[in-house]
Amino acid sequence: MKNTPYSYQFQPAKVRSELIRMFPISLFVVAFGAAFGLAAVQKGLGPLESLLMSTLVFAGASQFAAIDMWGAEVSVIPVMVVVFAINSRHLLMGASLYPMLKDVSPAKRYGLILLLTDANWAVSAQEYQSGRRNLEVILGGGLVLWLAWIVGTWLGVYFGGFLQDPKSLGMDMVLGCFLLAMALGGKKNPRVLVAWALAAVASLAAWKWLPANTHVVAGALAGGLVGFFWLEKKPVDENAGEEPE
Amino acid sequence: MTIETTTTGVLALILIMTLVTLATRFGGVFIMSYVRISPRIESFINAMASSVLIAIIVPMAFGGDAGALAALSVTAVAILIIKKPLPAIAAGILAAALVRYFF
Repeated sequence: MKNTPYSYQFQPAKVRSELIRMFPISLFVVAFGAAFGLAAVQKGLGPLESLLMSTLVFAGASQFAAIDMWGAEVSVIPVMVVVFAINSRHLLMGASLYPMLKDVSPAKRYGLILLLTDANWAVSAQEYQSGRRNLEVILGGGLVLWLAWIVGTWLGVYFGGFLQDPKSLGMDMVLGCFLLAMALGGKKNPRVLVAWALAAVASLAAWKWLPANTHVVAGALAGGLVGFFWLEKKPVDENAGEEPE
Repeated sequence: MTIETTTTGVLALILIMTLVTLATRFGGVFIMSYVRISPRIESFINAMASSVLIAIIVPMAFGGDAGALAALSVTAVAILIIKKPLPAIAAGILAAALVRYFF
């Protein structure tokens, strides 16, 4: 195993085209970032501290939640629990990309995953379902989304006034609509629909009755079980997903 | 345990948040490097991947206001009809803005 070359051929040109493809969405991320920057300074974070948080953490929903818990003193364990719970979906997202990530060197693999976020993951995962391998979008899309998040935070910190109420413009729904479009644009067969139904029920039940922020993982695992017990019938090919482009 | 939000304290908190988030980004990939990807595991992963999206969206729709519901419904109908993500998303956001403006 040590001596096998990693088979994934990374295409620089495709990284660029994926960066451009994700550009429109990144404009919305700028607005979302501006809302975060504004909220952060209102909670007493300094401009540079807000920028540093967006640059290093790069996980919007968890940053908003942490800022909500901000004060003269911050309890460490509750912040860690909330950040972990909200971001635990990354565990599943990273795992779902592993069939592709195993074909790049560990250094690249863990480098790429630094840029893992909902939008670029959704594109890559959806294309993988349709038999296309696209790690370039993780890099290109991730870069443009990361920069947009930083630029947005910067705008919000210094010129937050222009976005007092991003909700009135529907900005809070950008990510939800994007993810929904990715889901419905993907492959649909009876197995997927049953998985979705179970995921919907489980996520709602978790949202109602389990501790906060566990619903994504609960729903996703429930949907995954459908796949575990209901294998797609197809001609046996051990190399599924490894066909050349 | 609490940390005072002095400059050092804030830096420490940001560092802690960074490490926790990094653990979630690396963790799934790291664990999978010890799992043999059989067809059954592959099938689990694929069903799980598309279920992540549903598990994010459905509670968002149920917990959201009329604007959120309008955004998601319009996006759903639009993507199924025109099959192009960006116009569908734009229509959904516009729907949320309109509903919130008028109601």
